[in-house]
Amino acid sequence: MNTLNNLWEAALSTTAFRTAAFVVAVFTMVAAAIMWFVSQSTNRVLTQQVLAALSSEVKLLKAEARSSGLKGLRRSVALRSANTRSGLYYLGDNNGRRLAGNLSEIPPDLLGQRSGGVFSYTLSRSNRQSSKDQKRSGEVTSRTAVGILFSYPGVKLVVARDVEDQRILSHRIRLVSLLGFGLLGIGGLVAGLLLSRLALSRVDEITDASRAIMTGDLSQRLPRTGSGDEFDRLAGSLNEMLERIEQLMHGLREVSDNIAHDLKTPLNRLRNRAEEALRDPRGEEAQRQGLERTIEAADDLIKTFNALLLIARLEAGAIDETLEETDLVDIVTDVAELYEPVASDAGFTLRVENAGGGETKVPVNRQLVGQSLANLIDNAIKYTRAGQSQVGMAGETDFIGLDIVVTVLPVVEGVEISVADRGPGISPDDR
Amino acid sequence: MRVLVIEDDKEAAGFLQRALKESGHTAECAGDGELGLAMAREGDFDVLIVDRMLPLRDGLSVIRTLRDEGDQTPVLILSALGEVDDRVKGLRAGGDDYLTKPYAYTELLARVEALARRTVPEEHMTRLVVADLVLDRLSHRVSRGGESITLQPREYRLLEYLMKHAGQVVTRTMLLENVWDYHFDPQTNVIDVHVSRLRGKIDKNFDRPLLQTVRGAGYVIREHAE
Repeated sequence: MNTLNNLWEAALSTTAFRTAAFVVAVFTMVAAAIMWFVSQSTNRVLTQQVLAALSSEVKLLKAEARSSGLKGLRRSVALRSANTRSGLYYLGDNNGRRLAGNLSEIPPDLLGQRSGGVFSYTLSRSNRQSSKDQKRSGEVTSRTAVGILFSYPGVKLVVARDVEDQRILSHRIRLVSLLGFGLLGIGGLVAGLLLSRLALSRVDEITDASRAIMTGDLSQRLPRTGSGDEFDRLAGSLNEMLERIEQLMHGLREVSDNIAHDLKTPLNRLRNRAEEALRDPRGEEAQRQGLERTIEAADDLIKTFNALLLIARLEAGAIDETLEETDLVDIVTDVAELYEPVASDAGFTLRVENAGGGETKVPVNRQLVGQSLANLIDNAIKYTRAGQSQVGMAGETDFIGLDIVVTVLPVVEGVEISVADRGPGISPDDR
Repeated sequence: MRVLVIEDDKEAAGFLQRALKESGHTAECAGDGELGLAMAREGDFDVLIVDRMLPLRDGLSVIRTLRDEGDQTPVLILSALGEVDDRVKGLRAGGDDYLTKPYAYTELLARVEALARRTVPEEHMTRLVVADLVLDRLSHRVSRGGESITLQPREYRLLEYLMKHAGQVVTRTMLLENVWDYHFDPQTNVIDVHVSRLRGKIDKNFDRPLLQTVRGAGYVIREHAE
């Protein structure tokens, strides 16, 4: 019992089951309303039809009365009463005495209804032969009929039809529909329950797996059935997301390792210098030099740290608002001019070439472009061993071994800037 | 020179106060933005050193408020934030100079002294003179002892900046910022080579050198070596 209760509660908490229950309830209510409406209007139409038939019969009987008088009417009613399956007749004088017909009295229900209506009457042995059950048991049951009462000088005539069979039929239809709706409702709920169990079990699997992942095992993946249904697709995209997170985490670890390395090296140097200065037996002057060298090392550390910070900000897209339409030729010329004396002191010729001559104005951060250019030229000066350089070609630009050539080249996507030297270059592993 | 240091890090503020005193200036400290603003309004300071991030009131808000009230005291912004976009924000708010933490004290001192000088309207002076060295800002001519000296445009601007701050130490980064308008740290001695070329033109054939190197700080142009 308890398990059943739990099952019920678990089902009730799922969307699938609640949706199913809601749909079943709405469907049942709407269907019942339609059924009720249909049966009501069918009854009404049937009654109208019977009343129309009765009216024509009454007209016939009236004509009969006019031509053959009361006697003829009495005979005609008696004849019709004897030869009918569902017809009901009553002919009586104004004193309430029955003259002919198979009804024993004027049905009280009909008295108030001028254009005829529904009434119930009791079937007696004398006026009907059809209900064998009732005959057998001797029971007297109330039956439903539709009839018209009208007066003729000296007499009252009732012409009616028994509609009990129709009533029973429509009653049965109502009963069967009710049963059908009940079964439908129960079936819907059971289906909802099964659906919710199915959904729950899949969701539980995903939940269990994601809990395991949350505890730190990023290499785990959500189970897939391969059926390609919505849960499978959900698990698939969650797995892709996990893949990406794992990659990012890996990247982050790598970056923090690199940062640790980049910062630890100058920190270590700084520490060594301070220690060395402390140990130096030459005393104050040596210590002073040591301190100066320590500050130098601290400055290096700050530079590295600033560079790392800058990279982080660039990757976060923090500089977008600082972009300004700038002619790259101006920046290149400026930076080249800044480095020209250093380059020529080191034995290089620093040249700027504006190739192509197209549009060189682009939205950039002048400081950052300037700084990266400065770094490249700086590296070119530092790492090209002037004496060992060879005369050669680089792309379309002729230059001898001691040239550093900065080229500005407008391309489709923007502007390309290259800094070319004749040094050993960057090993493929480090590119 | 009276300096107000608005800085919430007590150790950093104390260090600045002591160092400025040793350099012959007086310094007062405010630990938060509101106090700093109140002190800046009342005290008659020559330069304000304002940290970018402060409790109670942000550094930029302090500067903006002062500027809105018509206070034109030069402001040096200290910031632990990044250089690229933050400098622009700081200068837009009304700051006159910008220095990122951590900084070398010599750098800060040189900038503070340059800022204090800025209140003197030397911008409008048409002739800059240091001893017998004359720079005419209208004709862009430079001469020493009556002898005309030919300078490249950049050399001229370098000399102009040094002479505008005659007697004051200017650092390499100050030169890069003000003469080349670049705010990064040049890795090699690019500025030194430019200065030595300029020196070759203005000092080489004369007995008394005017452009001197200040060890660990930068350069100064002045009449007498101290």
